[in-house]
Amino acid sequence: MTTNPLVEIKDLNFSYDERAILKGINMTMPRGKVIAIMGGSGCGKTTLLRLIGGVVAPSSGYVKVDNQIVHELSRNKLFSLRRKMSMLFQFGALFTDLSVFDNVAFQMREHTDLPESVIRDLVFMKLHAVGLRGAHNLMPAELSGGMARRVALARSIALDPMLVMYDEPFAGLDPISLSVIGNLIRRLTDALGMTSILVTHDVHQSLKIVDYVYFISEGVIAAEGTPSEVRESVSPFVHQFIHSEVDGPVPFHYPAEKYATDLNLENRIA
Amino acid sequence: MPRRIVIGIRGIGHRVIDSVWRLGYAARFFSLILLKSGTSMRRFGLIIRELYFTGVLTMVIILVSGLFVGMVLGLQGYETLQKFGAETAVGTLVALSLVRELGPVVAGLLFASRAGSAITAEIGLMKATEQLEAMGMMAVDPIARVVAPRFWAGVISMPLLAAMFSAMGVFGGYLVAVVLIGVDEGSFWSQMQSVVDFRFDIVNGIIKTCVFGVAITAIAVFEGYNAPPTAEGVSGATTRTVVTSALVILGLDFVLTSFMFRGVG
Repeated sequence: MTTNPLVEIKDLNFSYDERAILKGINMTMPRGKVIAIMGGSGCGKTTLLRLIGGVVAPSSGYVKVDNQIVHELSRNKLFSLRRKMSMLFQFGALFTDLSVFDNVAFQMREHTDLPESVIRDLVFMKLHAVGLRGAHNLMPAELSGGMARRVALARSIALDPMLVMYDEPFAGLDPISLSVIGNLIRRLTDALGMTSILVTHDVHQSLKIVDYVYFISEGVIAAEGTPSEVRESVSPFVHQFIHSEVDGPVPFHYPAEKYATDLNLENRIA
Repeated sequence: MPRRIVIGIRGIGHRVIDSVWRLGYAARFFSLILLKSGTSMRRFGLIIRELYFTGVLTMVIILVSGLFVGMVLGLQGYETLQKFGAETAVGTLVALSLVRELGPVVAGLLFASRAGSAITAEIGLMKATEQLEAMGMMAVDPIARVVAPRFWAGVISMPLLAAMFSAMGVFGGYLVAVVLIGVDEGSFWSQMQSVVDFRFDIVNGIIKTCVFGVAITAIAVFEGYNAPPTAEGVSGATTRTVVTSALVILGLDFVLTSFMFRGVG
């Protein structure tokens, strides 16, 4: 067993149209752990996943996955790296023209020469792991949001990847589905020996299941630590985030002119 | 005043550069489809599946429209030709108009609005719901897996659909002229047979349909793949597919006709 981290991010900067999204990010993600990246909406969390997956290239710095610098890989090498990682998209991104069974079988059919009988067994095993073996005949349109997310989870572990990235896995789920997905992520990570990176803003669910948390705010890492460390954190940002306070370092108001100026009060008084 | 002129000229420059860039981008996309068609050719099942959606499902509208266009041609042709006592030539008129022009053009327009728009909307929505990105993350190239099979299915089905359109149109003309009005059946068919030339009329018609098939499907997949990932973006792309295809079909039809039938009596 190697001890070097699976994902290493060093001095990562990323700008979109000259607008800096990520500024000098450093992260280390050891193998076999569940790591959460948290932060408000639009703080660059999803961009970070895209950088790890090699969908976009950093402006400077690098992302190393399994000792390979992602943005320097050729297209073929990137694709062979991607076969060992997978991503769970926010709303599942199931292929709507394929049934649940075919969705899970998709990668096996594309990347392996396994006979159909073996694929059938494997797909049933993956679907059983997420509790949806009985739904293999349904089309994605017939699934509820939570079920679709579970099928997407089964599809993402289809080829036993070493790394699974989850983009807002808890968004828009009812409390039961939320716990189901949370538990599945933890259980599958441990059972398959993979590494999970969770991008989320659901504090309570994720603190229950993760090993380490990074908080991102305005493109920089605002805080980091184990769940118990961040719960005790005195950092005003982390405090506001964990306790869902309306105002704090993250202001309630979007930057604007003085209220009085906008209401034209100053002129009236003068 | 001079400032306004400068801004105006700059605006024109921007538009021109933008259009040229988009044209180059489309050409690059088109060559990527050709380069990555290997997968679809090896796994022909992918194309067969799309052939059903683009070809078979478009057949109904093509056959019905072909029948009515042929019937109208029969009626109108008979009306005019009988003034000159040439009503037996109505078969020739129907067949020539269909094979040379109406078959390829009207079938092309129908194909663009039925199959082209469906391809754009499907690919656009796949993009909007992150399905294409998910496929890329699974190390499966969406151009090879999604775009190329649809492109080839369109290219294959368009000439076949146009042929069905023309055949149905001839049948419609026959129904009206021979069965309904009572033009002599023998001369209807024999005149058609002697005047319609295989090389000049039928082959040229087939060439047109192939060119239209490539153009319509290329526009449809390009617009779908590059649609902004929003409801508004997909609807705009679908409209653009139909409008651009219609203009391209009519424009190309003129160019092809002027090359093909120059100096032919």
